[in-house]
Amino acid sequence: MLKITNLHANIGDKEILKGINLEVKPGEIHAIMGPNGSGKSTLSSVIAGREDYEITAGHIDFEGEDLSDLGAEERAHKGIFLSFQYPVEIPGVTVTNFIKTAINETRKARGEEPMPANIMLKQMREKMGLLEIDSAFLSRSLNAGFSGGEKKRNEIFQMAMLEPKLAILDETDSGLDIDALRIVASGVNKLRSKDNAIIVITHYQRLLEHIVPDFVHVLHKGRIVKSGDKNLALELEAKGYDWLKEEAAV
Amino acid sequence: MEALKDKLESSFLVLENELNGQADTAVHGLRREAFKRFLQMGFPTKRHEEWRYTNLKPILKHDYRIFPKEDTSVEFKDIKRFFLSDQDTYKLVFVDGVYSSWLSQTTHQGFDVCTFSNMLDKYKEVSDEYFAKALPKEEALAAVNTAFAKEGAFIRIKKNITADKPVELLFVSTDHGHEIMTQPRNLVVVEENAEVTIIERHQSLSKSAVLTNTATEIFALRDSRLNYYKIQNDNETASIIDSTSVKQYRNSSVNVGTFSFGNKLIRNNLNFFIEEEHTESILDGITIIGDGQTVDHHTLVDHKVPNCYSDEMYKGIFDGNANGVFSGKVMVHPHAQKTNAFQKNNNVLLTDKASIDTKPQLEIYADDVKCSHGCTIGQLDDEALFYMMSRGIPEKEGKALLLYAFANDALRNVKLPALRKRLNKQIAIKLNVNLDFEL
Repeated sequence: MLKITNLHANIGDKEILKGINLEVKPGEIHAIMGPNGSGKSTLSSVIAGREDYEITAGHIDFEGEDLSDLGAEERAHKGIFLSFQYPVEIPGVTVTNFIKTAINETRKARGEEPMPANIMLKQMREKMGLLEIDSAFLSRSLNAGFSGGEKKRNEIFQMAMLEPKLAILDETDSGLDIDALRIVASGVNKLRSKDNAIIVITHYQRLLEHIVPDFVHVLHKGRIVKSGDKNLALELEAKGYDWLKEEAAV
Repeated sequence: MEALKDKLESSFLVLENELNGQADTAVHGLRREAFKRFLQMGFPTKRHEEWRYTNLKPILKHDYRIFPKEDTSVEFKDIKRFFLSDQDTYKLVFVDGVYSSWLSQTTHQGFDVCTFSNMLDKYKEVSDEYFAKALPKEEALAAVNTAFAKEGAFIRIKKNITADKPVELLFVSTDHGHEIMTQPRNLVVVEENAEVTIIERHQSLSKSAVLTNTATEIFALRDSRLNYYKIQNDNETASIIDSTSVKQYRNSSVNVGTFSFGNKLIRNNLNFFIEEEHTESILDGITIIGDGQTVDHHTLVDHKVPNCYSDEMYKGIFDGNANGVFSGKVMVHPHAQKTNAFQKNNNVLLTDKASIDTKPQLEIYADDVKCSHGCTIGQLDDEALFYMMSRGIPEKEGKALLLYAFANDALRNVKLPALRKRLNKQIAIKLNVNLDFEL
């Protein structure tokens, strides 16, 4: 589904990603861990198509197609979803209006008719139930005045509505208390299928107790320095990152 | 400018000659006095502090007709689009400054929705009490309007009455192959515990230059409630100078919304004079303009007495080489303790060529007050735009949604659904998108 080959990316003159290789197949969950500043968020932004970054070498293929010439919205239309670490507050646009616009623009791009309002409403109710979201939420301004937990839940709610093929969850656990974490994780798990894939970006093991990864990768200084299964995350939790930094330095 | 001044001078003599014995009335005395003031002041230039950012010269150089020929060819189908749809309203329609009874729907039942000339003829006590009592004397264009005040709307909602329908005022200019200048004059009196909603529009059906120099005096008596909306969306050969002054009395609530999308040049002088305590004054505005357009808002809230509340919110979006001006004065006099006065002016410039001059002026001479003001000038938030794009919303629609959200706040006091719908649609059109905002 996603194939990243020797990806180098800069912001300004500074090289952040220095040769990433990663392959994600349908049905898989990959966790990307690593210390602050290792390039985790850059990687997710580059996949989603943020223009501040320049790809200097390598490429990203999604379902066999090179993404580099596609804008962020075109990538979304192809089924890529990024859950933001810091969801943006947009006063004046309600959650409903935003989701409705996002869904119908995506359908338009795919040559489909707009989703009928009653079906959209039904889906919203269903997905809200999944994430234990109150219906009053829909008429609030997008993320404006939301608590950290509400913002993250809103991200997963949007993911549930947009049904992406590849979802990248960038530090979705940050700012969540343990109950909210459980709700969000169970929501994500219910959305799993053999056809879609998830990349979980996180500092900590705790989210991975709920969303169990098939693969764990450790990012350090813009490279994947170690890959393994879910046990690697436990090892990191116990030993920290220093031993890997040393290993990488050798 | 001098040519137009001369023309107005000779036109004023014509007006006086046509008065047929009414030249001795109090009203005409005030007209004369106003014209004398105008002759002394002349048209304002950029040397005047209140006109520093807006040059009237290009607007005043035209050879306007002051008394256009009466035009009876306008039919309802020509102007239907300017009225609210799905909403029954009283209507006052003026064509080239002349009242058009066949296009209007007036009333005298319980309250008056009729013409200014009718008021002058029949209600001398009204003109004695209210005519030229609210507009500041030092405004030259308002003085010209007062001098030529003959026709416009007269709305009087009597004590304890809530008008059953909103009132729409429509001033149409037609094409005679001439440039024309009109001087609509409106008087609104909302009596004790009365309530009404008024919508005012000026629309040119002409390709020639049109200058509308309009003035409106509003008196909100005790416990009254007034919503007054101005939709300024005329074509780009039309300019408007609007002087509106409101006097508020105890416990009254007045909300003036000014929505400016069109015209070549718009200048609004909006003044609120707070005469008695416990009033609420709301001034909202949305401006969305582009190439070749100027919108200049000058507002004053004059807090003369204690315990009053005012809140002002103006939003501006400027594209192309559009020019915007916002000058908002809030005066809190020494006795006006416990005043709550808030002012916000937020602007987005979409290009490097667009400009906004914004000047908040708070003059506070009382010590126990809550006052705040904030002006911002910015561009669109790139992070928010990326967020939207990452959810599949294309850049153009994303920008429009952000701008819509930015402007939308200032619709907070538009309660009439038909008007809200109309303004939402207008905003979408101006932002060049087709988004379904109503959900």
